[in-house]
Amino acid sequence: MTVATEPALSPAAERLRGRLAGTPLAGRCEVADRDLPTIEVSPDAWPSLARFLRDDPECRYDLFVDLFGVDNLRRPGQKSRFETVVHLHALARNEHVRVKIPLPDEKKPALPTASEVYPAADWFEREAFDLYGFDFTGHPNLRRILCHDAFVGHALRKDYAPGQRWFFAEEDMKAPEWATHTDERAGHFETQTISIGPSHPATHGIIHLIARLDGEKIIRAETNIGYLHRCFEKMSETHQWNQIVPYCDRLNYVSAMINGVGFVRTAEKMLGIEVPDRGRLVRTILSEFTRIMDHCVCIGANLVDIGALSNFIYLYQNRENIYDLIEACCGARLTVSYVRVGGLAIDVPDDFVPRCRSLLESIPLFLKDVQKLVDNNRIVRQRLQGTGVVTREQAIAWGLTGPMLRASGVPYDVRRARPYDFYDKFDWDVPISNEGDNFARYLVRIEEIRQSLKIIRQALDILPAKGAVSSDDWRVVLPPKDAVYHDMESLIYHFKLVMEGIRVPPGERYEWIEGGNGELGFHAVSDGRGGPYRLRVRPPCFANMQAFQKMVIGGTVSDAVATLGTLNIIAGELDR
Amino acid sequence: MTLVDGAIVVLRVVVPALILPALVIPLVWVERRVAAFIQDRPGPNRVGPFGLLQSPADIIKLFTKEDVVPAATDKFLFLLAPSLAVFAALSTFAVVPYGPTIRVAGKVIPMVGADVSVGLLYVFAITSLSVYAIVLAGWSSNDKFSLLGGIRSSAQIISYELAMTTAAAGVVLAAGSFRLTDIVAMQEGTFRLLPVVPRWNFFPQVIGFIVFFVSAFAETNRLPFDLPEAEAELVAGYHTEYSAMRFGSYFLAEYINVIVASAMTATLYFGGWSLPGFHPEGWLGGLLGLLIFAAKTAFFVLVFIWVRWTLPRFRYDQLMRLGWKTLLPLSLANLLWVALLAIWRTSR
Repeated sequence: MTVATEPALSPAAERLRGRLAGTPLAGRCEVADRDLPTIEVSPDAWPSLARFLRDDPECRYDLFVDLFGVDNLRRPGQKSRFETVVHLHALARNEHVRVKIPLPDEKKPALPTASEVYPAADWFEREAFDLYGFDFTGHPNLRRILCHDAFVGHALRKDYAPGQRWFFAEEDMKAPEWATHTDERAGHFETQTISIGPSHPATHGIIHLIARLDGEKIIRAETNIGYLHRCFEKMSETHQWNQIVPYCDRLNYVSAMINGVGFVRTAEKMLGIEVPDRGRLVRTILSEFTRIMDHCVCIGANLVDIGALSNFIYLYQNRENIYDLIEACCGARLTVSYVRVGGLAIDVPDDFVPRCRSLLESIPLFLKDVQKLVDNNRIVRQRLQGTGVVTREQAIAWGLTGPMLRASGVPYDVRRARPYDFYDKFDWDVPISNEGDNFARYLVRIEEIRQSLKIIRQALDILPAKGAVSSDDWRVVLPPKDAVYHDMESLIYHFKLVMEGIRVPPGERYEWIEGGNGELGFHAVSDGRGGPYRLRVRPPCFANMQAFQKMVIGGTVSDAVATLGTLNIIAGELDR
Repeated sequence: MTLVDGAIVVLRVVVPALILPALVIPLVWVERRVAAFIQDRPGPNRVGPFGLLQSPADIIKLFTKEDVVPAATDKFLFLLAPSLAVFAALSTFAVVPYGPTIRVAGKVIPMVGADVSVGLLYVFAITSLSVYAIVLAGWSSNDKFSLLGGIRSSAQIISYELAMTTAAAGVVLAAGSFRLTDIVAMQEGTFRLLPVVPRWNFFPQVIGFIVFFVSAFAETNRLPFDLPEAEAELVAGYHTEYSAMRFGSYFLAEYINVIVASAMTATLYFGGWSLPGFHPEGWLGGLLGLLIFAAKTAFFVLVFIWVRWTLPRFRYDQLMRLGWKTLLPLSLANLLWVALLAIWRTSR
């Protein structure tokens, strides 16, 4: 094992190094301490390291968070052109770890799959294959996932031109073998395949489920995604930091505010700047309101899918009211673009606090209506209880996060596990359920709405009445317009910021927060330009959706529709 | 038969057959408005006074839209199915007495399309036809979602028809006749033991009523039994491929079915046009009877709407379980109970 040059390691990294020292892996990987404990490993040792990290009693990194590639073509001084980055989380200790796998072969980057150790890695590896051309040897189904089947090349490679497009015709579509060929011996004779989506009323976006049905029972299923792929990550590489904020809103457009906050936090941490308390509290309050909207949309749409039509409107009325508040703050309703690196775009209106308080009064009334109609309704219970069951072990293995994981009995909430902003100062609970079925997810979401209200109430109590919402570091935040007109220095800052963007120091960082439906992380690599060199978003939907094709087996089409509703899939974030 | 008699017969038959589809226009408006009130929103209120012209506007739209017949369909059946739906819905009403038998200018006019002796059997026979409209639509569309809707529908309607007929058999047993005018007639007045309570079948046969009414929801494919067209699951079920007025025909048939099912409920269990102490005389009596009948029917139509916007949808297997394991035994129990009542009544 090579001796690291840094004198002191964090306890987590120290423990990792200690545990690894006695194993055969010791000579093949290197532990360093960056923003996260980081292990660098060669591709051939990666599967055994993965197994070790998952199974070692003192490591137990059981939750697979993320896997993505980085192309170092225009970033000299790195070990190899391509590298794969993996993030894992240890639920018992609330710790993240990063594994970096530099791929030595530039022509044919390849590494063994980890999908046997971490089933959740499946789709993430397909994505890295799709966008970087990494060959995951031993992967059971290594196909493109976000780009279509007629796509040529690998879009996120640095030598791939951002404007390049490829046409896709219907005949280019590759359906799985079992869907197109009827095999009598496999019991297909009495069955049919059905294509639910891409445009289907229950998908609420564009998602494609191919299912083989025996009567109405699903015996085999596969999900196709990517219909809403908008090259978010590629576009981020061609934009300045603040120009990415509007793109972030379009990831999970149902909880736009949270995405923006998650993104700018990464940049702020890299810059090492502090946002004033007032700005952070306003972000917290609006994020929690956004979370309420997110859950309202999820519950409402789910109930519509099972035929309960009126709840949708009750919940959407909440959403409209919250949108009114957000509109008063920033002028937009759905895609808010309200946050900026270093703070907020503008201050909140004068009547912000009373408006919030009146919302705090009205939201529980709507909730009560819905709960009266739903909680003890026998049809709802028949439809949701016992369907779409995810056990605790499955939830962890599939890399689920957010309400889905909590409904399966794992109390992992980033706001509690790694409190950011003021979440450690508030008194609130992480609701969980042990059932893991669709009804449990409904209940967890309803309770989370109540907890969010509780958080907002406390945040309003400590919100400073006056003060800046943005940092006064003018290398990051635009100086006030008045100063720009009358002060030479401010004018220069303004000019530099607009023309060049924020100069984030070179390096990389992963920051993660609790999104509407799970852990929302942004991993940024900066080379000191005005925009990120590489921006990776860890979309919670992606892992949740991956589990869907496994959850629906054995249920009916109706169950699949009910289950899809409780997953809260937002195609904008799923496909990016 | 004189010319006047002939004219009366034509009026008796033709007027309801014309009014019934026409009633759908305000009914759609009512449904949308009531749904809006339930959901705390205004609903259609822009076209005409209170939005009343919204439905006529929609119908004009449906008539003028392009009628797309997909290439891969079985054309004959595809075109036949919607008309079958409307036919079944409309002709059911022929035997329902919508008012008392009145005497005007020495002529006896029963306010019913056709007062046949096997009225109730006729009703069930014709409503069974409506399943063909759905199954044929599902089959001929050559679309998997339509087919699934058609399959669901056939299973659902057959299962619930069984419970429904068994429940209605209790009414037949009590009245001793299949003739709907007889069934109404036996519900006139009040109970001998409880003179304040009208002699409606509802009171002795409340279980039968529940089974009948629940099955009526299934028969009309309304929520919580709208599985054949379950939007979120089967896109639009059996009528996915239909457009323009052929789609409108299914729409029309559904609402006529709602009216007919409500009228049947009112007739079988709530005394039809009769009220205790109401003895119709002349044309005014006829009109009053008609209004009473309309009010009772309207009440059940509102219940149909109310339920639709409140309850979620069953799953297919749950629906079958409810039909076979709950409603059918209940209706049999009801039949047994009515039989015991009849024995008790005749032995006195």
